[in-house]
Amino acid sequence: MGAILDRTMTFGSGRERPAVAGATPQPVARKAATTATKPRKIPGADPGAWGRRLRHTAAVVVPPVIVTALFLLIWEMMASSQGAVLPAPSQVITDTWDLIVNPFYDHGGNDVGMAWQLLASLERVAYGYALAVVAGIGLGVLVGQSTWAMRGLDPLFQVLRTVPPLAWLPISLAAFQASNPSAIFVIFITAIWPIIINTSVGIRNISQDYVNVARVLRLNGFEYFTKIMLPAAAPYVFSGLRIGIGLAWLAIVAAEMLIGGVGIGFFIWDAWNASMLSDIVLALVYVGLVGFFLDRLVAIVGNWVTRGTQAG
Amino acid sequence: MTSYLSIEHVHKTFGVGPTASEVLRDVDLHVDRSEFISIIGHSGCGKSTVLNIVAGLLETSTGAVILDGREVSKPGPDRSVVFQNHSLLPWLTVRDNVGLAVDKTFRGKKSRAERREWVLATLEMVGMSHALDKRPDEISGGMKQRVGIARALAMEPKVLLMDEPFGALDALTRAHLQDEVMRIQSDLGNTVLMVTHDVDEAVLLSDRIVMMTNGPAATIGQVLDIDLERPRDRLAMAGNPEYNQYRAEVLRFLHERHRNPESEAA
Ligand SMILES: Nc1ncnc2c1ncn2[C@@H]1O[C@H](COP(=O)(O)OP(=O)(O)O)[C@@H](O)[C@H]1O
Ligand SMILES: [Mg+2]
Repeated sequence: MGAILDRTMTFGSGRERPAVAGATPQPVARKAATTATKPRKIPGADPGAWGRRLRHTAAVVVPPVIVTALFLLIWEMMASSQGAVLPAPSQVITDTWDLIVNPFYDHGGNDVGMAWQLLASLERVAYGYALAVVAGIGLGVLVGQSTWAMRGLDPLFQVLRTVPPLAWLPISLAAFQASNPSAIFVIFITAIWPIIINTSVGIRNISQDYVNVARVLRLNGFEYFTKIMLPAAAPYVFSGLRIGIGLAWLAIVAAEMLIGGVGIGFFIWDAWNASMLSDIVLALVYVGLVGFFLDRLVAIVGNWVTRGTQAG
Repeated sequence: MTSYLSIEHVHKTFGVGPTASEVLRDVDLHVDRSEFISIIGHSGCGKSTVLNIVAGLLETSTGAVILDGREVSKPGPDRSVVFQNHSLLPWLTVRDNVGLAVDKTFRGKKSRAERREWVLATLEMVGMSHALDKRPDEISGGMKQRVGIARALAMEPKVLLMDEPFGALDALTRAHLQDEVMRIQSDLGNTVLMVTHDVDEAVLLSDRIVMMTNGPAATIGQVLDIDLERPRDRLAMAGNPEYNQYRAEVLRFLHERHRNPESEAA
């Protein structure tokens, strides 16, 4: 876990906008990506705009469909063999059909539909993540702005951020004496580090040109914050927000396994205790999909907010 | 002697101790109101440093800059800067980039409607009325520089400071913008301090050309008065013997008396 955190929070490979010191975000890479996915024109056959778009969609959709189908097929074959422990996909669907078609049932207590389980988890993530965004951007601005604050706080952050999320749970249970706030705190403390670090890097990397413009225009502190600092750092901030939401969703499932109650994490734990492996598989699929959508959501908001800012 | 803008025996050293580097030594210059001054010299000699000191973005080590009877110690509304790389804020539209400067400079002096009118008027002056709601990444380099000029002019500064304003532009766009700056300057009577490394640009635009020696410890090597009738037409200038003489004199300074240190090393 520590290694993963290390990698993600040093803004390493694969992120859309790596917060590397000195590097201005590169619009070039993005342009290259869009042109690369354009279908090549085949001489002699011009199927027109619609045909081309259709072909483009097919080129994007077909590979994942084939790979997923193959994966399911192999799984099905392996799980159908003698002595297999895990249920086959077909088995999962028959076993969990009631859960799939009735996501919103409510029989009281923990016995509620998958939608309610996921919503309960999402609610905790929403609280914890919202707090992490506010506190993380605030601290990031402080650390990015003030060399003194950076020297003082950075070692502390570097140590604390490597603490695995669940290690915080006992201490927060002791502090809050209640499971729900504890889970929210775990989300908060998990998501906050990449937000702090990326925000502060973004602020430290604000181009001297913009600082000079601000000085020539004599912007005051508040104007500098809203007109220069936030927009200039926004691409970095959003890359931190995106890492943060991913970590938050990773942590919630684990935390809920321990605290119980309604939530997708405890649902999985409960299913394990009842030996309902099919329920677990279904829950994992949902967890993956929700995580994917959360990530996309933050990415989309980020792209929208920072549109135009990467221009040179 | 009281001039409108005085750069009085300015020294500038960056850093302290063994890493200190003396960039400017005893730069002394007196500029009259409505004068157009070019500062020319090889790259790295300290032209931008002079400009930034006048802008108040850098402090002098010793010496002072006095504008209209007051010492310059920090940036102020009486001095606006056109930066070499336009430095527009990419997240603001053309209108808002200029608007930010106008709102900042004239809050309390002009009403909101007057400020909005003034933004439109300055953008009109540089021929950018057609792109008010475009972002900087949606317009060409020449247009960005026009907006940068509009932003600086909109502050109605006593002194307009320009740091290689046309350096990054292609020849045609540059010629066009030079003409426009000449027109605007003769209309408004701005006092202008422009850094350039383009000899033709310096001769065409300036009343005086300040030639700087090579660094380290650069200073003013020679000041050349350009007594050419205004308005100046670049085509007529090409065949004008006086113009060519001025041009030759600047070239001589740059190429003979103060060779580019890089070419000397090679
Ligand atoms: N902030 C700074 N710290 C240290 N040295 C600087 C700084 N700014 C400029 N210099 C040095 O001062 C010299 C003159 O720079 P500059 O004024 O930008 O030259 P020019 O604009 O004529 O090309 C250069 O050698 C440069 O390295
Ligand atoms: Mg320079």
